[in-house]
Amino acid sequence: MKEAVTVENLSVSFSDIRVLRQITCKVEEGEIFGLLGPSGAGKTTLAKVLTGQLVQNGGVAKLFGKDTRKLGTKEREQIGIMMDCFGLYDRLSVYDNLAFYADIYRVPKSRIWGILKSIGLEQAGKTAVQKLSKGMKSRLSLARALMRDAKILFLDEPTCGLDPVTAREIHAVLEEQRRKGTTVFLTTHNMYEAHKLCDHVALLHEGVIVEYGNPAKICGKYNRLQKLLVTLKDGKTVVLENGSSAALPMKEYLEAERVETVHSTEPTLEDVFVELTGKELGADA
Amino acid sequence: MHNLIAVFKKQCKDTFKNKTVFIQFILFPALTLLMNQTVKIEGMPKNFFVNLFATMYIGMAPLTCMAAVVAEEKENNTLRVLLLSNVKPHEFLGGVGSYIWLLCMLGAAVICAAGNYGLRTGLVFMAVTAVGILASLLIGAAIGTFSRTQMMATSIALPVMMFFSFLPMLSMFNETVAGIARFTYSEQIGKMLGQVPSLRLGMDSAGIVAVNMLVFAVLFAAAYQKCGLE
Repeated sequence: MKEAVTVENLSVSFSDIRVLRQITCKVEEGEIFGLLGPSGAGKTTLAKVLTGQLVQNGGVAKLFGKDTRKLGTKEREQIGIMMDCFGLYDRLSVYDNLAFYADIYRVPKSRIWGILKSIGLEQAGKTAVQKLSKGMKSRLSLARALMRDAKILFLDEPTCGLDPVTAREIHAVLEEQRRKGTTVFLTTHNMYEAHKLCDHVALLHEGVIVEYGNPAKICGKYNRLQKLLVTLKDGKTVVLENGSSAALPMKEYLEAERVETVHSTEPTLEDVFVELTGKELGADA
Repeated sequence: MHNLIAVFKKQCKDTFKNKTVFIQFILFPALTLLMNQTVKIEGMPKNFFVNLFATMYIGMAPLTCMAAVVAEEKENNTLRVLLLSNVKPHEFLGGVGSYIWLLCMLGAAVICAAGNYGLRTGLVFMAVTAVGILASLLIGAAIGTFSRTQMMATSIALPVMMFFSFLPMLSMFNETVAGIARFTYSEQIGKMLGQVPSLRLGMDSAGIVAVNMLVFAVLFAAAYQKCGLE
């Protein structure tokens, strides 16, 4: 599979503050990649370098093989961006905002209502943006990114501030994009979202990638206990080795219909992040 | 050209919902009609209010509107999104500028109508106004580009606008002011508007306006170089 994003030894500094230090990672075409980290870890900075909004101090950043410092009109047409600051026209309606970008992107306006429906904003089509909640603005910003048939989507915290039902709808939209072969570069501090959606994640802490890989494999790697936690119907919890020795006692519990739940001691991405950095993902860096 | 037209169309929709900007386009034309009809003083030069308000309109409306629109787009990050969407800076400035220019020309047409000019003199009046509006747009674009926020743009645009708009009026009463004002485009545009009925426009006035525009273009280039549009 071809690489959509290639980052090698990338460093970014603002004055004497080093925001990104020797970052190396890659994103393959058609995958959903999650960049996880607390606020201030450098997620948005990396996304800005990759979209050509910021120039790095050192290292290499490539988008579909092209140096991000030299992105031209053709390459930019392949990028859909949802930024942390929405960049919407407050006085215009939801529809008019998208109609304007349909003009800019040279796509038919007929697709606007379909996109609004897919992200749950159909009812607000004629509402002025200044009357929308933060979550709705976030969705509109995502809709704008989806307007053009981009090869890669850069989404900055796409479900931040959204209710669980809407967040699930957004996840469905992203999975649909993956099915269509679109690469998605997601920055988030929601580990559940990352685990559910992403093919690969990078855990970013103070400008350094502390772990990189498939979410399930990362969690498996840090599952040091390798145990099964069996909660019985009488409230007791039994700890079993995660191996053949657990087969017999498990069989007995199951035959006696005493099992309430079975869990492994596999950590979540949040647990892994805490183990590696001593800080939580939701915290400031 | 496609993006320029798209920005132009967006600006049309947006301005009609932005009352604070929109009022600037209609204030002076309405004031001209009102004053021209109601105030008749013996010995007052013909079309006194038409020339006075046309000059003030040229110095105020395009300058403040251009500065406000560019700065607002920068402040709200809409401009950054546009530039990331392959809209070139000249397309954006051209779209916004042509829209403001056209709207100001409509206002100028109302002022021109109040002056009861004939076809030829009316066309010359509109041509002089068009050049004046273009000069104001250039300085407005420079201010908007230099400013990070709309508030900053307003606080810079206000004294600049007052300087250029009121100087032609003040120069009527004070020779020292007149000595300074003669180097400004607004004074020269006002002078040329006064020459419209005779159809003899001073080449020296046109030269000063051209030099002013050149200076504004350099100021805009410097602001763009220093601050960019993001």
